[in-house]
Amino acid sequence: MLTSADFTTLILTFKVASLATIFMLLFGTPLAWWLARTRSKWRGIINTFVALPLVLPPTVLGFYLLILLGKNGIVGEFTTWLGIGTLPFTFAGLVVASVLYSMPFVVQPLQTAFSNIGEQPLEAAATLRASPIDTFFSVVIPQAKSGFLTATILGFAHTVGEFGVVLMVGGNIPDKTRVVSVQIYNHVEALEYSQAHWLAGGLLAFSFTVLLILYTVLKTTPHVK
Amino acid sequence: MNHALNKFITARFKLDYDEFQLSVNLRLPNSGVTVLFGHSGSGKTTLLRCIAGLQQAQQSYLEINGSVWQDSDVGVFLPTHKRPLGYVFQEANLFSHLTVRENLNYGLKRINASDDTMKFYRIVDLLGIEHLMERMPERLSGGEKQRVAIARALVLSPEILLMDEPLASLDAKRKQEILPFLTRLNQELNIPVLYVTHSHQEVAQLADYLVVLEAGKVQASGFLSETLSRLDLSLSQDREATTVWNVIIVEHETDFHLTRVVFDGGSLSLPAIEAKIGTPLRVQIYARDVSIVLEVPRATSILNVLPATIMDIADGESGQSIVRLEVGNQPLLAHITRKSAVVLNLKIGKAVFVQIKGMSILN
Repeated sequence: MLTSADFTTLILTFKVASLATIFMLLFGTPLAWWLARTRSKWRGIINTFVALPLVLPPTVLGFYLLILLGKNGIVGEFTTWLGIGTLPFTFAGLVVASVLYSMPFVVQPLQTAFSNIGEQPLEAAATLRASPIDTFFSVVIPQAKSGFLTATILGFAHTVGEFGVVLMVGGNIPDKTRVVSVQIYNHVEALEYSQAHWLAGGLLAFSFTVLLILYTVLKTTPHVK
Repeated sequence: MNHALNKFITARFKLDYDEFQLSVNLRLPNSGVTVLFGHSGSGKTTLLRCIAGLQQAQQSYLEINGSVWQDSDVGVFLPTHKRPLGYVFQEANLFSHLTVRENLNYGLKRINASDDTMKFYRIVDLLGIEHLMERMPERLSGGEKQRVAIARALVLSPEILLMDEPLASLDAKRKQEILPFLTRLNQELNIPVLYVTHSHQEVAQLADYLVVLEAGKVQASGFLSETLSRLDLSLSQDREATTVWNVIIVEHETDFHLTRVVFDGGSLSLPAIEAKIGTPLRVQIYARDVSIVLEVPRATSILNVLPATIMDIADGESGQSIVRLEVGNQPLLAHITRKSAVVLNLKIGKAVFVQIKGMSILN
């Protein structure tokens, strides 16, 4: 059965994934909107940065984040100057790393959904007195609903499943940064296979259910280029 | 502001793409139906989109009923959502996530209109969509969608209604289903319309004023019957070349199943029409149905023979002559063979008679 330490990691994982998903939607929505519509020459390079975590080994991303966020990194110096210390090996650092790592899973479905809406409904809205912001909330969001659902589910699920970045940036600190995937690793290291089974089986069931919902109920293809 | 004096559209646009240039300078009456006519690529839709503010031009000036909507010289540009217009797209372009009723209310919610339920239902009734109100757009036919789209634009009481080939995506049957609505529309609602089309039929049926566009330039701009009968335009050369007369019913000859109408220049007998005396009608006369004689024929089965004066003659394709005549003050086109023109010795200014073999009533 699950120990109380296991439960703590489950709750922590849920908190990290929820917060990261909220931030990804907040930043990812305008970013995806821009990427779907811009003709700027920067589009290609921004797209590349967003998609990078898809192909990069998580340890590589984790390594650079560690340096960037650390005491001597640019971001680290800034956060120290702000008086909030450095982010590595903290809960906040974990969320920041998760946001960057899972971003493509949020941005790409949104970008596809926005592109599919096309120009026409937006023009119709403009001729019916709706300002661009008004149009975004009254036409774009409702018409991109399934894109938002896909983005939320994929972003959340992918954050739950991460390991490499978490270990590099978060470490393995009980109650603070120890998430489920790390806990499974700990159990296996300690040869506690039955404990590992409970958590691993749980994650497997969770991922399977999430994808089943995506493919059957929402009938969408989780679109990752 | 005196609106009666300012009911004009002044539109100047200069737009330069690699493969397409638009350069227009128009002053149009902002009343009745003005048709922007041209082949594909003539720039008619681009012009309409510029007027709506959906497309930007490098140089532009647009004034509607005395208020300036855009002026590139002083950097004025009213965004589309602040222009008091209605727009009907070629594809109905309804919001797929909203019901018909919600589509109609979308614009209404965004203007400070007094709750004019009467007017709302009058438009719904006029377009015959009351039974569709709770449906989703995907469950409408093409014709129904387009009627909803027209109603959606009209309920806003726009100062001008812009229509971009609203019938182009429909088959012939659906077109005939909507055209009567369009005619009633501007008889009953009195909203000026700018209407883009490449169809001769729609020009004849709807236009009061006609602008002919070709390769991004204005070829002609004027009242319908004058413009239709200009020999320098390809319109008068076309096999479908027509003139349109506005006439009024004065008598029903029930014995013969005929209706007599008068116009500025004489009277005509038409197949019986079920309408009250005094009703205005629009009749279309194809140039190929008009023949010219020098004297009143003593015996002919053709009922409509009228005195006319030849105003202009031009050569048409394959041995044809195109003759512009005036019957009273009404212009009339005739397509005859060049041989006939020579044999009859037709000259500008000559007094002749025209025989009209047939005509169609457009409303």
